[in-house]
Formats: sequence, structure tokens, C-alpha cells
Amino acid sequence: MLIQGITGNEGVFHTRLMLDYGTKIVAGVTPGKYGEKVHGVPVYDTVKQALENHEIDASGVFVPGILCKNAALEALDGGVKTVVVITEGVPMHDSMIIKSEAREKGAVVIGPNTPGLVSVDECKLGILDTHHVEKGNIGVVSRSGTLTTEITAGLVGAGLGQSTVVGIGGDGVIGSTFLDVYKMFEKDEGTVGVAFVGEIGGTMEEEVAAYIGERRTKPAVAFIAGRNVPEGKRLGHAGAIVEGTRGTAESKIQALTEAGVKVGDVPWDLGKLMAELI
Amino acid sequence: MRLFEYEAKEVFAKNGIPIPKGGVATTPAEAEGVYGDLGSVVVKSQVLVGGRGKAGGIKFADTPAELKESVAALLGFEIRGFKVGSVLIEEKLDIEKELYVGVTVERSQGKAVVLASGKGGIDIEELARNYPDQIVKELIDVRRGLRPYEAADILRRAGVSGKALNRAAGILVKLYDIFWAYDAEVTEINPLVVTKDGSLVAADAKMNIDDEAVGRHPEVRQEDSFLTELEKEARTHNLGYVEMGGTIGVIGNGAGLNMTTLDILRYYGGEPANFLEVSGRTYMKAEEAIQIVLKNPNVKAIFGNFFGSISRCDVIAKGLAEAIKKGKVTKPMVVSMRGNGAEEGKKILRALDVPIYENDQIAGEKVVELAKRG
Repeated sequence: MLIQGITGNEGVFHTRLMLDYGTKIVAGVTPGKYGEKVHGVPVYDTVKQALENHEIDASGVFVPGILCKNAALEALDGGVKTVVVITEGVPMHDSMIIKSEAREKGAVVIGPNTPGLVSVDECKLGILDTHHVEKGNIGVVSRSGTLTTEITAGLVGAGLGQSTVVGIGGDGVIGSTFLDVYKMFEKDEGTVGVAFVGEIGGTMEEEVAAYIGERRTKPAVAFIAGRNVPEGKRLGHAGAIVEGTRGTAESKIQALTEAGVKVGDVPWDLGKLMAELI
Repeated sequence: MRLFEYEAKEVFAKNGIPIPKGGVATTPAEAEGVYGDLGSVVVKSQVLVGGRGKAGGIKFADTPAELKESVAALLGFEIRGFKVGSVLIEEKLDIEKELYVGVTVERSQGKAVVLASGKGGIDIEELARNYPDQIVKELIDVRRGLRPYEAADILRRAGVSGKALNRAAGILVKLYDIFWAYDAEVTEINPLVVTKDGSLVAADAKMNIDDEAVGRHPEVRQEDSFLTELEKEARTHNLGYVEMGGTIGVIGNGAGLNMTTLDILRYYGGEPANFLEVSGRTYMKAEEAIQIVLKNPNVKAIFGNFFGSISRCDVIAKGLAEAIKKGKVTKPMVVSMRGNGAEEGKKILRALDVPIYENDQIAGEKVVELAKRG
């Protein structure tokens, strides 16, 4: 794997944590820093240069928001098949360009504004806190960073470990939606059930509910954050804006419930609900 | 960030979209100057909330005396909690037909969506509810953009024909180009008026610029007028802050966690007074953050709920500790901390006798109790 922005504060800090978790980071990129090393990982000036020297399956992008578009396009253009954009503060139009490019290249983009993903006990790409994650067979997919760990801790408390934990990001436009990740979990033999951590804003929960409702391939539970948020207010996540009746917690909870997904009232309900289903 | 109608119109006009003759005024004297020889005019309150027409925020005038009266009535008038600080005075148009055109973001696919309707002049949500078949929608890949022939076809399907079709298509392409050039979340003209003499004019204008991208457009206003004073102060520190009606001040890191904090408080019968987010970019500013939370006079207790990620708990704890040592924390505070830097953070706060829990359920229950004792 590759880390773009590896020499920045967050890049250095989290490269250490990822290496400790077992992630095979073979290269880093920061323009102008060729020849340096971060925790023993060689740093290159460009992604192209890194690709000339290493085989790279995935990239984690830690560069500042305004530079993310260029960094993500550089990775996609180089043929990197999975790009995880950790940074928050990426302009929405930049995310639209990244998503369009990924679609053309057949690549997977996760984020921006995401804690990243963890294949439990194998590798992590991002900044997810893994103290509350244990190996098991529940797939977790979440729009929120901090809340993800809240949910995994609750699952562990109910005796349920996780196969993969994916933070998809809190922005209005993100590379992969609930539906995209659910389809991956559907194909994954190591995953028997799926936990969604949704929130107000957008229609991603409704879309995945429509898909699940028709197929019901794997049991699923969900928590929707923000049912107590006042209308029209933006609460940190650009994606979490409630406008009128669109994107409300009620609409999401109703759609998911009708699709057979058990929705918890509080985050710590999910462990119990999932245990009843599988 | 939402622009005022007159600001959006300035942007539209600069980019070649025709707008009515007129101008903006903040005093009756200015209004007189703007009026000149416009004759019959419409006087529109400049506020950032919808529904101003129904709220009485739009008036008409045919003489200087009527103008004076309308302007005096509207300036300072309150619409849904927002004071009218300026009015837009514009020539009354000779309307033949009203169209709707808009461009916004389709989030799931990350594409632009172009909307058009031959039934302009009604609120788009209302239009979508009552006449869904009268709205034409087209998804646009942003790397490709909207082409003139596509704009023409969208409008043709929306029922526009004759000379107006070409003119409307030209305007729609410009509206899309503005959407893209200014990092807008939405650009909208409703109504786009076809006048009796066949010209097209943007009678209203709506434009929202992505908060994350405002910085790369120095030509537009940088400060968000939609915010309350405290929300603005928080914004100057890059902190997200929202005011609510209850008694518990909430400070936390991570939007999802903060929303859940609200859920937890309600679960135990508490009501949040406000809600402040320190993020991966601002977690070193906890000292400033807690002071903003306390400026709300209704706050009786504070709940700090933190889960260390990029925002490390020890750094947040140091900021809170600074505020406590300086005597700035005047209300009881309960803290919950987990994740990166939590052990160190707990040590710092325990030394200052702050009740601290790992579990935010228990912490939430405690703080609701404290607020009720008030």
C-alpha cells in the first residue's frame, strides 16, 4: 500500500499505527521529499515514481483538503484500484471529479472525510481506532468516524466480532455509498451479517433499503444518528443536513424497517439486535 | 454558504444572465437613489430563509411615496427570526410565462443534476409534490459538463418552444457554468420570466456555495450571514457550533458522535442547549470551544464526549484543563473519553476533579441529573 502525504503530521503518526497493525505499506509520496524515509518506508516525489519501484494495490490519502483532488486523481490515473481519502474539508466539486474518474477507471474510492477501513487482524488503511475491534463475521459500514468505534465496541460486547469495518465518510458526495459496500459484503463469505451506521441527510440509507428489501441476502441492523437534530442545521458532517422531509431520520428508519433491517434507538442496541438475528 | 438574492444576481449578471433593472438599498435614502425612473417596482426583503413572500416580505410600489412606505415597512422587519437588513428594488416585469431552471448536486452518484420546468414561479419542492411530471431532470457528468444542445433538449421536454427555447438554453448553460465555476451546491432561477416582448429575465436568483470551497472564491462574501452571533464566533475559530433550546452544553469530536450525544441526552430526558464540534482540524482549540459553549446563558451543565481519532483526547484534555485553571469553566462538567490519547487525557482531567467516564451512556445520565439539579 501507498500513503500519500506520508511526511505530514497525521501521515507520520498514522503510518506508525498502520504498520503496527500489520498493513504492508511499501511506499509514501510527498512531492519534494524523495529519498526520505518515514518509519523505514521510502518516500517518493510522485505516485508515478512510487509505481515504478513498487507494486501498489491501494492508497491512503492524508494530504490537506484542497490538494486531495490532485492526489486522488494521481493515484487513479496511475492505476491504483482502491483509493481511501481520509482528509476532511474536500470541496464537493472535487469529490464529484474524483468519483467520475473512479467510475471510468473501474476503481473503488472510499471517502473523503473517513476513518478508512480495517480488515480485522489483517490490515488497516486509515485512522480507525482498533482497540474496540475484534475478529468475527459482522461487516460494519459507517458514515461516521467516532461513532463507528462506538458500534464495534457494542458488537464486541454482545460477543460479535467483525470481518471488515468500512468508514465511507461524512461528506455529501463520497466515493462509495452504503449500497456499494453492502454489495461487497454480500459477496464476502466471511461476512454473515451487516451493521449500518447511518445519519440524517442524503438518501443513501433509503437506497440501500430498497436493494435489501428485494433480496434479503444477509441479516442487517442499523443505527441512524441525528434524529434529534434541528432542521436546516449542519452538524459537522457536510452530509448531515436535514432539509424539509427529505433525508430525515424518520424516512430512513421507515425505509430500513420495511426492508427487514432492525433499527436500534441507541448505538449500544445493535449488538443485541444482531445477536437475535443470526 | 447561501448568498442573498442580490448577491446571486450580481454573479449571474456578471456571467451574462439578464436580470431586472434595479439595485439594493439599506436605507430609505439609498432606496430613493436606486428608484430613479423605474416607475412600477417590486421591493423584496433580502433574507436567507425561504417563504418571504408568504411572510409579507415582498411589496409593490408605483410612486416615490409608495416606495418610501414599502421600504420603511420592510427594513428591520423580521422574517422567521431573521431581520431584514436590505431590500432589492427592481422594475416590475411584463410577464408572459414563467419557467424554472436549476442546477444542483445528485449526491449518490456524485453528478450534477439539471432541472427545468415550464411551470415556474412556485417553490420547487411544491412543484415536485404537485406536478412531478412537469419537472425534467438530467444527470450530468461533471467532467463532461452541460452542452448547449442538451440544454435545449431539456427545455424542449419541459415545454419551452419558439424563440424562448434558444434564449432559455443559453441561460441554462450559463447557469450550469456558474454552478461549476463557483463551487456551488445549487444555482437556481425561479422564475425565469419570458416577458411580453420575448426577452428572458432572471426574476429571482438562488445560489449556495460549498462552505469548504468559499476560500477559493475571494470575489464572493466570505462570512456566512445565516449564522447567529455565537455561531459566527465559533466559525472564526473553525469550530462547528449549533444553538438549540435546552440546558446542557455539548462539546465533542466527530459529527456522528455528537449527533449520538444528542440522542443519548434525550434518551435520559435531557435537552441540549447547544452543540460544538472540535474536529481533526480544530481539536487543539478545546479551550476556546468550551468558552463558546458557556456563553449560552441557558447552559446548566456541560457534557464533553470524545473519541480520540485524529483528534487526540490528550490534546483536547489539555485545552479543557487550561480553561478550568483559568477559572473559565463556571458550570459542572462531565466528560467521557475513549480512543487515541484517552488514558493520558483522563489523567489530566482527573487531577482537576472532573468526573470522567469511559462509557458515554453513564456520563450522559450523570450530566442530565446535574442539569436538572441546575
